[in-house]
Amino acid sequence: MSKILIRGAKVLGGEAQDVLIDGQTIAEVGVGLSDEGAEVVEAAGKVLLPGLVDLHTHLREPGREDSETVLTGTRAAASGGYTAVFAMANTFPVADTAGVVEQVYRLGQEHGYCDVQPIGAVTVGLEGKKLAELGAMHESAAGVTVFSDDGKCVDDAVIMRRALEYVKAFGGVVAQHAQEPRLTEGAQMNEGVVSAELGLGGWPAVAEESIIARDVLLAEHVGSRVHICHLSTAGSVEIVRWAKSRGIDVTAEVTPHHLLLTDELVRSYNPVYKVNPPLRTERDVLALREALADGTIDIVATDHAPHPHEDKDCEWAAAAMGMVGLETALSVVQETMVDTGLINWAGVADRMSVKPAQIGQATGHGRPVSAGEPANLTLVDTEYRGSVDPAGFASRSRNTPYEGRELPGRVTHTWLRGKATLVDGKLT
Amino acid sequence: MQRHLISAADLTRDDAVLILDTAEEMARVADRPIKKLPTLRGRTVVNLFFEDSTRTRISFEAAEKRLSADVINFTAKGSSVSKGESLKDTAQTLEAMGVDAVVIRHGASGAPYRLANSGWIDAAVINAGDGTHQHPTQALLDAFTMRRRLVGRDAGLGQDLAGKRITLVGDVLHSRVARSNVDLLHTLGAEVTLVAPPTLVPVGVERWPCEVSYDLDAVLPKSDAVMMLRVQRERMNAAFFPTEREYSRRYGLDGDRMARMPEHAIVMHPGPMVRGMEITAEVADSDRCTVVEQVANGVSIRMAVLYLLLGGNEPAVTHTRPTGSEEK
Repeated sequence: MSKILIRGAKVLGGEAQDVLIDGQTIAEVGVGLSDEGAEVVEAAGKVLLPGLVDLHTHLREPGREDSETVLTGTRAAASGGYTAVFAMANTFPVADTAGVVEQVYRLGQEHGYCDVQPIGAVTVGLEGKKLAELGAMHESAAGVTVFSDDGKCVDDAVIMRRALEYVKAFGGVVAQHAQEPRLTEGAQMNEGVVSAELGLGGWPAVAEESIIARDVLLAEHVGSRVHICHLSTAGSVEIVRWAKSRGIDVTAEVTPHHLLLTDELVRSYNPVYKVNPPLRTERDVLALREALADGTIDIVATDHAPHPHEDKDCEWAAAAMGMVGLETALSVVQETMVDTGLINWAGVADRMSVKPAQIGQATGHGRPVSAGEPANLTLVDTEYRGSVDPAGFASRSRNTPYEGRELPGRVTHTWLRGKATLVDGKLT
Repeated sequence: MQRHLISAADLTRDDAVLILDTAEEMARVADRPIKKLPTLRGRTVVNLFFEDSTRTRISFEAAEKRLSADVINFTAKGSSVSKGESLKDTAQTLEAMGVDAVVIRHGASGAPYRLANSGWIDAAVINAGDGTHQHPTQALLDAFTMRRRLVGRDAGLGQDLAGKRITLVGDVLHSRVARSNVDLLHTLGAEVTLVAPPTLVPVGVERWPCEVSYDLDAVLPKSDAVMMLRVQRERMNAAFFPTEREYSRRYGLDGDRMARMPEHAIVMHPGPMVRGMEITAEVADSDRCTVVEQVANGVSIRMAVLYLLLGGNEPAVTHTRPTGSEEK
């Protein structure tokens, strides 16, 4: 394979350096490297990060190829600077057997835009009743290590306890979608001042917090680790902070949209803002940012949830929940976390690449930008500002809450093991 | 006036008073031998009802016909909606037939707002009740009834409800009537108190422009009007209250409780009443109870709204005094 010299990039936002890629690996990092025999990418002023890793993506294949496929979803991922995504299990059929997870894994390998690591369902059919064959999925070619019924909560305390215990045998982790089902029957949006006015069914913060409290205690009791998906409330932050201070092995993620948007937007009744967990209040948003900065929340995960146009072009109650996020995630994090001074670019690398790769055990991802490491890299023009145009998305779906919104930063290049998947903002 | 009527909260004090005054003029038409005005001749109004509501639909239909509009009734049952057609497609189909206004009743909160603001259609949209959100014409007819009874039919013209103490009792949580009334009554200067068991008051109510009490007996002597909201019996199965009997005992209006109200105070109900639940027959049939008046007033209010949204600036009834808020 040919050599690529990335010249003058601010590695993790630091001093300008050259990075030489040779084949699939980083050959050298330094100042004034020779460009002999190398294709040169001028990167002066841009920030170079390890390829981003998303622990929470819905690729929709198999079953809902009208909204996304592994191909379109991984192209969207590459566009957004990702080199690995974890594909959620709520497909049709559900990814609760070795067969389905292997199919998704292989499709990712074939397309080559981004590594696809399938997540296995915790319970058969996401029904919360009976454990899926977690061991078989782990031993399959897909090598599943993360298990989640995302979209549904593993609400039965015994099933959750067993799952937490069972995956210890092979070092797996259960990622919980924390939503007490009875407290959220008919829930349409965050329960509070806005829902009271709009007459939409409330999704109370306590429905999330009570499950997180239970699960960190269960994890402590059985000595397992647990991962909390898309944490959305200030109260959840306090519980996770308490659990970590107690030494409980818990990790947590926050989505870009929960770092930026609030339930005030629901006043438009525009279902593009309908998402689960729902958009919360300004106070929650600020608590989530602070928690991501101080490490209480470990990572940013997109919860990229594509839906076809007709599922959003309707009345609120009839609309599907979810937003696409892969192609805007880094910009939203820059806006909410970097440009606000809460974290620097090294912090972004930590929360969007290093830590998610660790939690999901994505080998070869989230590594330091140094010689000998796999060349999974993302180059970001952090000075760019532009408004979001969904028409330009690589994703098959357009359900973004940021249409027309000005956001900073743009991924210009992505390399997956030395192979460019995105060059000058264009997919290869 | 705006182009649509989606929420009582969208009305200014002057808008609301204009509607009430116009409704007074419309009410005079009902006293004529021929109860018809030519105002909306040649205009087409569709009553798009996705929820059963015979009384609201008939009230709108009577109002539309008295204004000489062409009326199309569309109910969801047996229609393309039951075959999976979307709200958008249904609305666009109707508009393609040349509809000037859509009166919509829908089970989903916000459906009328979406219809008016998504660029799907150009017609004026009137909300005839959406989910647990709003029912603005109900609030207007309630305010109209209060103004007539508490201020006076002629004395009330141009007036609002400043200083009137209005109590709403019952299932506030699931009530679009309560939301609309709180908004409109506040705009009109009334002091509103909600009375309900805490389970039937929404989280977030603290930001509403009203008081909340759990004690009906304490509030009754300080009320100029008491509006009883319908309480569905099924609510007790979801643990909102223990039994029907306990609910009636604590929050129902019976003869003894009515006697604690000031002599001039009225009892209101948006209907349909659940006799024996939130209201006893004795109260419902008493002459302090305005339920039947509210129904009659509903037609006048809906005529006024249709006229103001569709009829332009011509006076609705030429021989009466001009409309508008002429005081203050």
